Amino acid sequence: MKKLWITLTYAVFTILIIIPLVRIFIGSWEEGWGGFVEAITRPQSLHALYMTGIIVVTVTIINTLFGVMLALYLVRATWLSKRLRQLLNSIVDLPFAVSPVIGGLMIVLLLGPNTIIGSFFGDLGFKVVYALPGMILATLFVTFPLMIREVMPVLQEIGTQQEEASSTLGAYPFYTFWKVTWPSIRWGVIYGVVLTVARSMGEFGAVLVVSGNIMNKTQTATTLVYQDVENFNVLAANSVALVLAAVSFGLLLLMEWAKKRREH
Amino acid sequence: MHIEVTQLNKQFGEFHAVQDVSFSIEKGRLIGLLGPSGGGKTSILRMLAGLETPTSGDIVFHGKRVNDLPPQERGIGFVFQNYALFKHMTVFENIAFGLKVKKQSKEQIRERVTTLVELTGLKGFEHRLPHQLSGGQRQRVAFARALAPEPQLLLLDEPFAAIDAKIRQELRTWLKEMIERLGITSIFVTHDQDEAIEVADEIMIINKGKLEQKGSPWDIYKSPQTQFVASFIGESTIVEDISKLKGFEAASAHPGVKALIRPEYIEIGKLHEFKIASATEPGRIKQLHFRGSEWMVEVTVGDITLITYRSLEKDILQPGEEINVLVHRAYLFTNDESWIMENRLKEDPMPVHI
Repeated sequence: MKKLWITLTYAVFTILIIIPLVRIFIGSWEEGWGGFVEAITRPQSLHALYMTGIIVVTVTIINTLFGVMLALYLVRATWLSKRLRQLLNSIVDLPFAVSPVIGGLMIVLLLGPNTIIGSFFGDLGFKVVYALPGMILATLFVTFPLMIREVMPVLQEIGTQQEEASSTLGAYPFYTFWKVTWPSIRWGVIYGVVLTVARSMGEFGAVLVVSGNIMNKTQTATTLVYQDVENFNVLAANSVALVLAAVSFGLLLLMEWAKKRREH
Repeated sequence: MHIEVTQLNKQFGEFHAVQDVSFSIEKGRLIGLLGPSGGGKTSILRMLAGLETPTSGDIVFHGKRVNDLPPQERGIGFVFQNYALFKHMTVFENIAFGLKVKKQSKEQIRERVTTLVELTGLKGFEHRLPHQLSGGQRQRVAFARALAPEPQLLLLDEPFAAIDAKIRQELRTWLKEMIERLGITSIFVTHDQDEAIEVADEIMIINKGKLEQKGSPWDIYKSPQTQFVASFIGESTIVEDISKLKGFEAASAHPGVKALIRPEYIEIGKLHEFKIASATEPGRIKQLHFRGSEWMVEVTVGDITLITYRSLEKDILQPGEEINVLVHRAYLFTNDESWIMENRLKEDPMPVHI
């Protein structure tokens, strides 16, 4: 009985993860190295990877900064009432519960070209929806909880005593944060960064809705894969997918390493 | 540092943690804040440190009101219950922290840390991390770290609570000596009366947010001013109707009076062992408990059960044995009054009236 379960578990694991990965790998090498290189050096591929890169970097920076700050406020700000903090704490998880497509749709409905805010920015020559800012916003929406959920438990676990000790020794909040709090939450933050990078790189639904998926303009790597598949260009789809998978795999290794460091 | 606290109050929502507490502490004294857990001791300590803001009242250090000063500017050292050492820093870095904040030179820091490391007996451990130290060593590090910036007032929150019983004894003596040597005004919080009695020059008993009594350990033991203090310090038995005991008949003049009798107020033994035999009355041994260095004896007089101790050197008693009991004094209290009553018969049976 036990053996059966073990076999079954491995079977599920193989079918769900290993086979698709192998399939992508084989698919992208169907025409050898040349085919792979050609597929990813198409102008639309390079542009899509470039867009993904920009989104990943911007989102990660913003998310790290504000994620850490919000985590600090949610755990430490005793001047906010407990109720309010609980409410904020639940709202943080909203993007986990809401489908990314709906998240994207909300942005379109709020900031689209036909809305008040959207047309206001449009008049200033700043397009939000169907442009990069909207895509960044959509990705931010989706990745928002990741950093906070990584950092909050660490902050709760270390408690406030070390920080208080620091203040009785004459250190002001900024010094205390860098010398006392930061070394404790550092690995949690790195873990959060890895998750944010992985998630923003792979985000599809929210970005698709917000971007309009215009080739060489608002197309990201994932939406390009989608389009390639639609156009029966399986080789190209596999090649771009392989690049994404390889980066993700590298991140995964980094994450394992970060996790081990954090446990010390 | 001279400390003056007046009408200090702290409320956490509906909960009144500290109520109208006033006291003053002279420079160089070692004060113990003693009371049951959740009584507001730690809140008082944290308000002195500036980690908590009083709801009302004044805290004055050296004649200067410090209510609005942040902890960084109060010149205090704080030792936390679980030490709160910086766990990613070595012993040396922990102790040096307060000096680095003050931007002292490398040589100054090294010199001061070395002195403190020697003072606290941590030599050879400078490069260890907190998790590589024993509980007692961690406490010393916390102590050295708090002392490094030369504070005027040292505050210690349950400094011995997390240490096992044997080392605790050692550390108590060590801490008392160290503080006396440095002459720094210190306040420590504890719920352990033995600890407070042993270590403190003066004890403040805190219960339900109120200061019940302040005084030397001996004064508090000898003349407790409230029922709570009397029952909290030392051991005691509460007796509902003390007028039934020989020599305390006069207590019946006070309706509703109860008595509190400490084991050491009671003497038991054979009739010939007493000087004033007329003051004793017969009792019966109910139970004997071995307490390591002495016997704890439960003895019944009429329907009253009293608890006392008996030396191992004296004759061994048996449960059910008839014995003579002498109650030297009792602490009497009604709802709003309390006083000490001596056994009337113990005084000279034929006093000379002038």
